[in-house]
Amino acid sequence: MQILAQILFVIALVAGIGFFARNIKRVIRNIKLGREIDRSDRSNERFAKMARVAMGQSKMVKRPFAGFLHIIVYVGFIIINIEVLEIIIDGIFGTHRIFSFLGGFYNVLIFSFEILAFLVLVGVIIFWTRRNISHIQRFLARELKGWPKNDANYILYFEMVLMILFLTMNAADYQLQLNGADHYASEAGIMGSFPISQYLLPWMEGLSNSTLIFIERIAWWLHILGILFFLNYLYYSKHLHIILAFPNVYLSKLNPMGELNNLESVKKEVELMMDPNADPFAAPAEGEEDEEPEKFGASDIFDLNQVQLLNAYTCTECGRCTSECPANQTGKKLSPRKIMMDTRDRVEEVGEIINKNGKFEDDGKKLLDDYILREELWACTTCNACVEACPVGIDPLSIIVDMRRYLVMEESAAPNELAIAMTNIENNGAPWPYNQMDRLNWAQEK
Amino acid sequence: MAEALKVPTMAEYMAEGKKPEVLFWVGCAGSFDDRAKKITKAFVKLLHEAGVDFAVLGTEESCTGDPAKRAGNEFLFQMQAATNIEVLNGYEIKKVVTACPHCFNTLKNEYPALGGNYEVMHHTQFLKTLLNEGKLKVEGGKFKGKRITFHDPCYLGRANGEYEAPRDLLRKLEVELVEMRKCKKNGLCCGAGGGQMFKEPEPGNKDVNIERTEQALETESEIIAAGCPFCNTMMTDGVKNKEKEDSVAVMDVAELIAEAEDL
Ligand code: SF4
Ligand code: SF4
Repeated sequence: MQILAQILFVIALVAGIGFFARNIKRVIRNIKLGREIDRSDRSNERFAKMARVAMGQSKMVKRPFAGFLHIIVYVGFIIINIEVLEIIIDGIFGTHRIFSFLGGFYNVLIFSFEILAFLVLVGVIIFWTRRNISHIQRFLARELKGWPKNDANYILYFEMVLMILFLTMNAADYQLQLNGADHYASEAGIMGSFPISQYLLPWMEGLSNSTLIFIERIAWWLHILGILFFLNYLYYSKHLHIILAFPNVYLSKLNPMGELNNLESVKKEVELMMDPNADPFAAPAEGEEDEEPEKFGASDIFDLNQVQLLNAYTCTECGRCTSECPANQTGKKLSPRKIMMDTRDRVEEVGEIINKNGKFEDDGKKLLDDYILREELWACTTCNACVEACPVGIDPLSIIVDMRRYLVMEESAAPNELAIAMTNIENNGAPWPYNQMDRLNWAQEK
Repeated sequence: MAEALKVPTMAEYMAEGKKPEVLFWVGCAGSFDDRAKKITKAFVKLLHEAGVDFAVLGTEESCTGDPAKRAGNEFLFQMQAATNIEVLNGYEIKKVVTACPHCFNTLKNEYPALGGNYEVMHHTQFLKTLLNEGKLKVEGGKFKGKRITFHDPCYLGRANGEYEAPRDLLRKLEVELVEMRKCKKNGLCCGAGGGQMFKEPEPGNKDVNIERTEQALETESEIIAAGCPFCNTMMTDGVKNKEKEDSVAVMDVAELIAEAEDL
C-alpha cells in the first residue's frame, strides 16, 4: 500500500514536471519567433536592476496597500516552497517530515510556514474582494472581460485552497502526533510548531486515528497535486510572471526611457542616400540580390523583437500602466495593458498553428487590425508613464512605436494632419509650413 | 525692450575664426511659435546677462526629427539627423543647450549612434550651472512668495530623469513651490508628445491637456511653470479653456527668472 502510494507519487511528479518542461519549451520557442536583440551588455547593472525590481519588488510598493499584500504573497510563496521540497522527499521515500531532524530549527520553519500561509490566505482574500467587490478602475477595463478576469480569480481560489489544505494537513498531522499514532509520532516529541493549525484541533479531537490519517493524506495529496497542477496552469495564465519577471527585468532597457532605437535598416538606406559617391542604380552587391528588403516596423509578432515577446508573456495584467496612461485616462481606446495582452494572444495563436502543423502557415490574421487597432496606436503621446509604472519592466511603448513605423513607412497610413506635419519637416525643416530661411526672424522681432 | 536682441550665428563666428562656448539649439517651436519665441528671447537675455559666449545655427538649423520619429517615420528622422549632424560636426560643436526637451532628448540620446556626439543640456540644467558658477543671479524679485507649481515635461523628467534642475531654480526665486498630485516620475503628460501636437486627438471623453490643467489648478497656484514650449502651449490652452487666464499664468522657468531680474 505504502509502496503503491510512492509509485503513484513519482508518476504524478514526473508527469507534472514533464508537462511543465514542455510548456516552457513552447514559451521559449514562441519567443524565438521574434527578431533577435542583443541585451548581453552591462550585466552588473542588469543584475542590480533585477535584484531591485523583481526580487525587491521596488515598483510594487509604489501602491503601498496592494504592494504590501503582494509582498506577503510573494514571500509566502517562496518560503512555503521549502515545505514543498519536504513534501516531495516524503512522497518519494514514504517518510514522515524528513526535515524534522533539524530539531528546533524545524519548529521555527514550520512555525513560519504556518504564519505565512495564514497571511497569504488573508492577502488573497483581500485581493479577491478588490477584484470583485471594490470597484477599482483598473480591474474593470474592457480588456479584462471574460478569460482574464476568470484567470485572475482562478489563481486566487487556487491559492486559497492550497493554503487551507496545507493548514488542514498540519492540523491532522499535529493531532496524530498528539495521539501517538504510528508513523506520525516520534520519540523525540512533537515535530513542528503549529501556531495557526492548532486552532483547527477542536474539529480533529474526537476523530479516530484512521479518520485523521485519511484527512491528513487527502490534504497532503490534494496539496501536492494542486501545486503540480498550478505549475502547469502557469503557461495559460498571467501567473507566468512568477517565473518570467526575473529574466524580463534583467533584459529590460537600461538606456534613458526617452531614447528610441535607431532602425539599422533605415540607417543603411539613409547613408546611401546621403553619400554623394553612391550610385543609386548600382547592382546589389554579391549575394544580396535575392535578399528581400527588410520590412520596416511591425505588423505582426514576427516583426517584434524577442524581448517584446517576452514582455508579453510576462505581463501580469495588473493595469498599472493603463491607469497611468494619459490617453486611457481621458477615455481613448488605447490601453498599454491591452497592447501587451493582444501581443501575447497573437503569439499564442501563432504558437497553436505551429503546434498543429509543425510550422507556421499564414492564417490571414496579424497583430495589427485583428488585435491592435490603429486608433489605439495613434492615441499614444509616447510619455513613458506606462513604462515607468510597470512593476516588471515591460515597455509597451516600444511595441506602439514599432507598429507606427509599419503604418507610416510600409503603408503611408499616418493620420492626415501628421502626414502634413511630416511633409513640412521634409520640405521646410519644421513641422509647420514656415520657410527655413525665416528661422532666425524672431531675433529681429521686437 | 525696444532694441533687437543680439543673436550671433555660427556662420558669423566661423567667419571671424572663433568658436562659441556653447551652441543654443532654438528648435522649431522656439523659432516659429509666437508663444515659444518669447521663451527663446527670455533665455537669450539670460545668456547675455550671464556673459555666456553662445551662438545659434539660425537658418542652418532644421527640425531634429523628433516628431517624425515618434510618429513612426524613422526615415525622415534619420534624414533630418544626418543633415543636422553634418552641420553640427562641420562647426565642431561640443556643447549644445536647448529650451525644448524634445530636441534635448533627441540630440542627447538618439544622435550619438548616428555620429553626433555632443554634451547636451536642457536650458534649466544650463541655467542651474550658471547659477552655481555665480554667473547668473536668481532671486525672488516680483515672484517672491508666489504660489507656483511645476509641470514636468515627459522628455525632461521621465525620459531623462531630470526633475530637480527646474525646481532648484524656482526655489531660488523664493516662490512657494507646490506639487501637483501627479508629479516627477508620476507626472501626467500635457498631451502634446509623440506627434499629438500636430493632430486632432483620438475620440475620448476629455483632452489630455484639460485633465492636466485641472490637476494644476487643484494646487491653487498663481503660476504654472513649464520647461517645454509644447507643454506651455497645452497648459495655456487648458487654462483658457477653464477661463482662468486672468488669474493663472503659464510661464517657462527661463521667463520667470528673466522677469524676476527685470530683463
Ligand atoms: S507612452 Fe503611450 S501608452 Fe504609454 S502611458 Fe504614455 S500615452 Fe499611454
Ligand atoms: S505591462 Fe506591466 S503594468 Fe501593464 S499590465 Fe502588464 S505587468 Fe501590469
